[in-house]
Amino acid sequence: MACVPWFQFALQENRLSATEATGLLTTPLNALHLELGARMVPFAGYSMPVQYPTGLMAEHLHTRSAAGLFDVSHMGQLRLVGDDAAAAFETLMPVDVVGLPVGKQRYGLLLTDEGTIIDDLMFFNRGEDLFVIVNGACKAGDIAHIQARIGARCDVIPMPERALLALQGPQAVAALSRLVPGVEKLVFMTGAGFTWNGADLFITRSGYTGEDGFEISVPNESAEALARALLAMTEVKPVGLGARNSLRLEAGLCLYGNDIDTTTTPVEASLNWAIQKVRRLGGARAGGFPGAGTVLAQLDGAMRLERQRVGLVATERVPVREHVKLENLDGQTVGEVTSGLLSPTLNQPVALAYVQPDYAAAGTELFAMVRGKPVPMVVTPTPFVPTRYHRG
Amino acid sequence: MSLKYTEDHEWIRVDGDVATVGITHHAQDALGDVVFVDLPEVGKTLAQKEVAGVVESVKAAADVYMPVSGEITEVNEDLRNDPSLANSDPLGAGWFFKVKLSNAGEVAALLDETAYTAFAANA
Repeated sequence: MACVPWFQFALQENRLSATEATGLLTTPLNALHLELGARMVPFAGYSMPVQYPTGLMAEHLHTRSAAGLFDVSHMGQLRLVGDDAAAAFETLMPVDVVGLPVGKQRYGLLLTDEGTIIDDLMFFNRGEDLFVIVNGACKAGDIAHIQARIGARCDVIPMPERALLALQGPQAVAALSRLVPGVEKLVFMTGAGFTWNGADLFITRSGYTGEDGFEISVPNESAEALARALLAMTEVKPVGLGARNSLRLEAGLCLYGNDIDTTTTPVEASLNWAIQKVRRLGGARAGGFPGAGTVLAQLDGAMRLERQRVGLVATERVPVREHVKLENLDGQTVGEVTSGLLSPTLNQPVALAYVQPDYAAAGTELFAMVRGKPVPMVVTPTPFVPTRYHRG
Repeated sequence: MSLKYTEDHEWIRVDGDVATVGITHHAQDALGDVVFVDLPEVGKTLAQKEVAGVVESVKAAADVYMPVSGEITEVNEDLRNDPSLANSDPLGAGWFFKVKLSNAGEVAALLDETAYTAFAANA
């Protein structure tokens, strides 16, 4: 069930040629990526585009100013079907599944029996099923886990026949509504089924960039045609996994494998907002999820946290990366960076890190030890770049 | 003289007893948009293969190694102020530092252009 961490780029990065036999899976957009000149890297068992010829910086800024198209078909799509599906799924997560109205999407967390995070995911109540999207690197483990724990209460149906595209940015709605009229009526974290050229699409207004935008579940055989139709519009450019990472970090969103994993609980990860009141102590359906004792005690303050996730911004223009240690003003190590890079939007280093709770307050000054030299950083609320979700 | 190369993707151009060092076109291409460089201190003496600096893009950080042993005589302040020079002109305005050779014999053992091109193609 262990997830592999985000790729580590090296200068001798494992570049893939079009003809190389790599044993990697490909998405339905593989030929299009190669045609567009993408640099392909192994990620989550797939050959995926890390960037296109314009490069990460241009792709990042284009997504913030217009619309970026991402192939996220490596992610796992599945359906939970049955009258008992919501109640069953709720036993695996500290979130309100039963109370999610039809037509709405929510963020969820699969937990171990110790209350640490197996994966983070999005789920959507479609009425006839729960539509779930999980991380690519975790999908086999997640499906096995869900099947083992609740397979007797609902049908757990993987959807390898579908690709997943994300269209993100302030002009995403203008572009997509030209092809699929009606999507403009959706608001953040809602969705619906649509038809395009005979293909049934399931579209949610959500994403992983902090921008307004959509995620589009599309049958594999229609994915390339849909991507080409979107890329034919002047607002839309292809964006790789590299910019996807810098965009999500600016939005303050966790990356599974870096910022959250089976050593972190939701409370340590500062994901308290994902635990609705109904599942907390005193709530109508309090507890009843794996690790509830630990998670609810941490949430309640009854159990002291040893560390807590925070955002950091550096005042000097020196990038601060994952695994960099954080020291207090007395030179004691009090934390470690889990994601960090030079924000293309802010032109300043930003990072997510775990620190001892005494150092988690906004405004706290710490030193990131980069190659032995202290880089001053300040604990800063996330998102680093304001989100622009369309809340209607 | 013509350029020599290392398997760590540095280039070196020797002029008398001073050599100019930078990163190769292949290296800047693999890194992507360079946003930060860390350059060595002028006056410092470093051995061949020691870390002399760092080059970072948004997605990656890589060490820059000494292709030869010697004393750092000059660093490219223009590159520090505009790291994108490493992308736009890696063999020219994007040079990193100059080093006074302490063992000129080290140069001959470096890769020539043909050998480096073949090496980089398989990297």
